[in-house]
Amino acid sequence: MTKTIRIGAGAAWWGDRIEPAALNAERGELDYLCFETMAEATVSAAQVRARRDPSFQGFDTYLDERMRAVLPACMRQGTKIISNQGWINPDAAAQRIVQLLRELGHTGVKVASVNGSLITDRVLELTDRIMENGLPTASLKPTLISAEAYLGAEPIVQALQAGAQIVVTGRVADPSLFMAPMMYEFGWDPLDPVRLGQGMGIGHLMECGAQVTGGYFSDPGFKDVPEPWNFGFPIAEVGEDGSAVITKVAGTGGAVTLQTVKEQMLYEVHDPANYLTPDVVVDFTTARLEQIGPDRVRVWQIGGKPRTPTLKVSIGCTEGFIGEDMFFYAGPGALRRAQLAKKILEERFRIVGLKADEYRVDFLGINAIHGAATPADAPEPYEIAVRVAARTATREEAVKVGREVDGMAVSGIGHTGKRVPHADRTREVIGVWSSLVPREQVPASINYFES
Amino acid sequence: MKVKLQHLAHTRSGDKGNTSNISVFAYAPEFYPLLKAQLTAERFKAFYGGAITGEVTRYEVDNLDAMNFVCQGALGGGVSRSLCLDNYGKALSAAVLGFEIEIPDALRGQLVNAALIPA
Repeated sequence: MTKTIRIGAGAAWWGDRIEPAALNAERGELDYLCFETMAEATVSAAQVRARRDPSFQGFDTYLDERMRAVLPACMRQGTKIISNQGWINPDAAAQRIVQLLRELGHTGVKVASVNGSLITDRVLELTDRIMENGLPTASLKPTLISAEAYLGAEPIVQALQAGAQIVVTGRVADPSLFMAPMMYEFGWDPLDPVRLGQGMGIGHLMECGAQVTGGYFSDPGFKDVPEPWNFGFPIAEVGEDGSAVITKVAGTGGAVTLQTVKEQMLYEVHDPANYLTPDVVVDFTTARLEQIGPDRVRVWQIGGKPRTPTLKVSIGCTEGFIGEDMFFYAGPGALRRAQLAKKILEERFRIVGLKADEYRVDFLGINAIHGAATPADAPEPYEIAVRVAARTATREEAVKVGREVDGMAVSGIGHTGKRVPHADRTREVIGVWSSLVPREQVPASINYFES
Repeated sequence: MKVKLQHLAHTRSGDKGNTSNISVFAYAPEFYPLLKAQLTAERFKAFYGGAITGEVTRYEVDNLDAMNFVCQGALGGGVSRSLCLDNYGKALSAAVLGFEIEIPDALRGQLVNAALIPA
């Protein structure tokens, strides 16, 4: 009989739910449980926070909650854990996991940290051009916060080969977290594009968690799924050739269907025949899908092409501030009052000399979400929120947005609904740019800890 | 007869930087050629009005009965810079559900949620 491994998802982003991870650990009969907790700006935001808040340890702020939820079942059942919760300090995350293991009475467990993705101090020498606008990356020098390369699966495989039961990383490409156990268990050659293409494609289906089991999917009357308040996170049953069945724990809400799998297959993909990852170029245009049972979709024949000589680099920069606030109208004539409110704000911003790089006033209920794509004949709603936002160079300018909305309380127009202001309603903007770095310039390093 | 895309296809959007990819999946293989013929990159971009400021590239994914529209300049500069409340553009994929497609009357019985279509 051919070997099959079971890989489960434990998180698709930092704020993801924790119960489905615990359920996967408890009832998923998993060989591996993988956590993806980083967004594009996570590293830069963590760097900014680390500078200001000495108590911030530099890893996933939900590390304790997530690990406490899954460690007992994973240790009992021999499930290995792979996670990018290390953010900007994988060593500290690994050491914290060791502490938690000891508290739970598990000694002798090997925990590996994968480092090396952070290249802030070298990025301007290692990279040439900004992909988005073609300018030299050196132009980012005055505003640079942080830069990290997207590592592939190989250092995780190496840690598993060294006997790690838990591997915690910094920036690694999301699907690589899920493919690493396939490479390790099946002994795949890291330069074999056929197997890696298939495995990475499955990793891509898994990296967004519930988005393949019925999350970000329901549309009542068109696409309904059972119990959309009780999603299970996905499980991939992967064979030696990388073909897999996507499924979930029985009794959970949501669904695994051809529709949910197709939608996730193209999620955040540009050219479906050339999905670039650190490990392989994935080709989804050859993929075959079959519903082989309830909540069971078999996926095979995802293609692969040799990996590129470069790794993607994300470069986070300070880019000023955003000031934002909103207030409300309802009842007959809500729109005409909102329109006058907009006019008043525009005049007020002129009077107080707001200096903004970009500025917008939305009518929530009409055009705040789809903007210029809103149909001209969209009906007038009963309630409207007037929402104003501006991007500025300084926090002092951004504060003006909230201060002028404050003025709408007693100096505005009739029937203005307003929240009590609790803060200055500003936030810092961390702009993210991309570049490429030769892969040999970014070696990973692995440290080992034991509980 | 003309029907809204929502009866023929489902959609999902994803973000990378300032680019949104909006993918369109035919509910049935019979619908796919109609979508390919009528929902061109040019019409797609025009339908989104000024909400997409850059180029739209259409990729046909025949094995999934799907098309992937890669829309540059659709996310207000990117997730962290965007002044839009939906800064990931996760709701952007809903707009095109209102795009009108001409279909043979004989397909009416296969449409999804046809009860919503005026007689």
